[in-house]
Amino acid sequence: MTQGKASPDTEPAASRSMAWGPRLGWDRGVLARLVTRLPRPVKWVLIALLVVLLYALPLLEIPIISTPDTDFGAVLFTVASYVLVALGLNVVLGYAGLLDLGYVGFYAVGAYTVAVLGSYQAQLSWWLLIPLAVVITTISGVLLGAPTLRVRGDYLAIVTLGFGEIIRLTALNTPWLGEAKGITGVPRPPSVELFELPHLEWEGATAFVDLDDTTTFLSFGVADQAPYYWLALTVIFLVLGADRMLRLSRIGRAWEATREDEDAAELMGVPTFKFKLLAFASGAFIGGLSGALFASRQGFINPESFQLLLSILFVAAVVVGGAGNRWGVILGAIVVAYLPERFRGFEEWRLLVFGVALILLANFRPQGLIPPRRARRAQKADEELEALEEGADRV
Amino acid sequence: MTFLINNFVELTVTGLVLGAVYGLVALGYTLVYGVLQLINFAHSEVWMFGSFAAVWVTVALGVGPGAGVLTAIGVLLLALVAAMAVSGGVALLLERVAYRRLIRLDAPKLVALISAIGASFALAEIMGLRDRIAEWVGLRETLDPYVRSARDNTRFINPLETQGVFTIGPYTVSNVDIIIIVSAILMMVALDQFIRRTRTGRGIRAVAQDSEAAALMGVNRNRIIRATFFVGGVMAGAAALLYLMRFGVTRWNAGFLLGVKAFTAAVLGGIGNVRGALLGGFVLGLAENYGSALIGSEWRDVVAFLLLVVILLFRPTGLLGESLGRARA
Repeated sequence: MTQGKASPDTEPAASRSMAWGPRLGWDRGVLARLVTRLPRPVKWVLIALLVVLLYALPLLEIPIISTPDTDFGAVLFTVASYVLVALGLNVVLGYAGLLDLGYVGFYAVGAYTVAVLGSYQAQLSWWLLIPLAVVITTISGVLLGAPTLRVRGDYLAIVTLGFGEIIRLTALNTPWLGEAKGITGVPRPPSVELFELPHLEWEGATAFVDLDDTTTFLSFGVADQAPYYWLALTVIFLVLGADRMLRLSRIGRAWEATREDEDAAELMGVPTFKFKLLAFASGAFIGGLSGALFASRQGFINPESFQLLLSILFVAAVVVGGAGNRWGVILGAIVVAYLPERFRGFEEWRLLVFGVALILLANFRPQGLIPPRRARRAQKADEELEALEEGADRV
Repeated sequence: MTFLINNFVELTVTGLVLGAVYGLVALGYTLVYGVLQLINFAHSEVWMFGSFAAVWVTVALGVGPGAGVLTAIGVLLLALVAAMAVSGGVALLLERVAYRRLIRLDAPKLVALISAIGASFALAEIMGLRDRIAEWVGLRETLDPYVRSARDNTRFINPLETQGVFTIGPYTVSNVDIIIIVSAILMMVALDQFIRRTRTGRGIRAVAQDSEAAALMGVNRNRIIRATFFVGGVMAGAAALLYLMRFGVTRWNAGFLLGVKAFTAAVLGGIGNVRGALLGGFVLGLAENYGSALIGSEWRDVVAFLLLVVILLFRPTGLLGESLGRARA
């Protein structure tokens, strides 16, 4: 079982030291043990500080991190929406083990629901559109999953890829959905303009408060994108909470069993098809939510925004980070979304570098940047078994 | 509907031409899948490199459409050899860089897929940035005819003039159509015989059936894997030239959609099945043409994917079943 914050007290001490051996433990072991040893109030303060830091990120404009070539708030929103998508895909791919190469389809359904019903065919209120988008996407997930999930693993990949393309091409060719010219005037989230927040200005290592450069708290406009980032971040926290509850519940265990051995799970009385469908629907839910946020930030969508390539980037984010571990997946999404934006100055070369980076990561860190604890334990157990077998040979 | 009936012959012939190209590219997917159970995502880039090799040969030789028939055939054969060699080489490089380590580690399939996706990006970008790379090495001037307009369509001047050969109803079948369909079938037969009769072919079948048992029986698994990639690459190279003869342009990112279609063809015919690849290609090419004639050409790709979904739902192992190892073929 992977758990968000390390809580080793649920495991016997022996297995803990095994899983966090010095060889594999660089990413979590030391840090996790340090954090768990802290008294509870200190932990809460640390978490609160981290959350505040995350929210303040667009205002701080920290020199090396922030992007020189594009609006940092916009980049942060892009990263946040990738994180959201990756969390959704992680449910499908990481927890239930279903390779979905058409995940962008759900993203598109969510975005198109908001755009079509908010601007093109009807003018519903934003507060109604978001739940509507999520519901429609979830239904589409079930409709799509019901026939395709009976197909075996590798074929599922190509069937979902096909469906992702069908969704995009349908939007491209249907007059009711705006065809290639897309849909403009997608409703933005309603603004409540409360107060101004100043940004920081950096000169070398010293920071000044720049009163000329301010962000109006919760004004969802075109120029300043920081409020969209705050919205997306809030949604991420909500999704993380739900994700944790799902994963630790009976459903999460059923997913894990299905992923590891479908036949065995079925024999133990897990209705695997039902749970796979549930994973698909949950993934679609999150994907649709993310797409809806994307559309209302963008204000304009067309089928070009939902290329097949995006699905592949999403899968790359999940696998690079470590499918099944949500912190890993978040890191993967940040890598995939942030690095190309940060190095936009090298526009021409960035995809080449990205491709090479993917090859290197896959070859030298095949479990992902932060692998699920289960995977590390399994690897350790394998090695021990092998050692035992070799020992038996020698006797 | 009337459009379909009036142009039935033309749609059929062009569908078969398209299907022949799909089928030859599909072979690369099918062979690698049969042996390794991996989706070789970067195979489309192998094809793309072959297509550029063919273009560059005609540019280097400077032969235009005015040349005599014998010269034209000679140039085309040279282009074919170059395309096959380059595609085979790129496929071997791909195996070395993106796959070998992962195969040795017995890594999860998904990781190999990510590695292949990375390789696909990198290869496509290298071709798209070839003017920059040439500038960087200082050969921009010398290589100008090859690297000019790296991001635009690159035209292939077919040295063989297109001529009508015979007429069926309203459509005149051209020599190019015949060359493409016949050579695709010939190559498929040759490959079939190669897998069935040669030592390497037997090795490929053995590894596809049970790679561990094959290794115990003295089959050099790594050599067989390399051979599989190489053969798939060579077929993609041939497909590249045939494609260019008919469609005339290529592009640094042209591989992607063609690759997806070819993979669809492979799955349609039954992935891992060599004969199925060509059959799947033909079926897909015809279905695309008929479908787009019926409901409009903008739905062409939707028809292709719907066909795939429907076939997989009702016949999950494809038309001929998956059988690189099992069947005699």
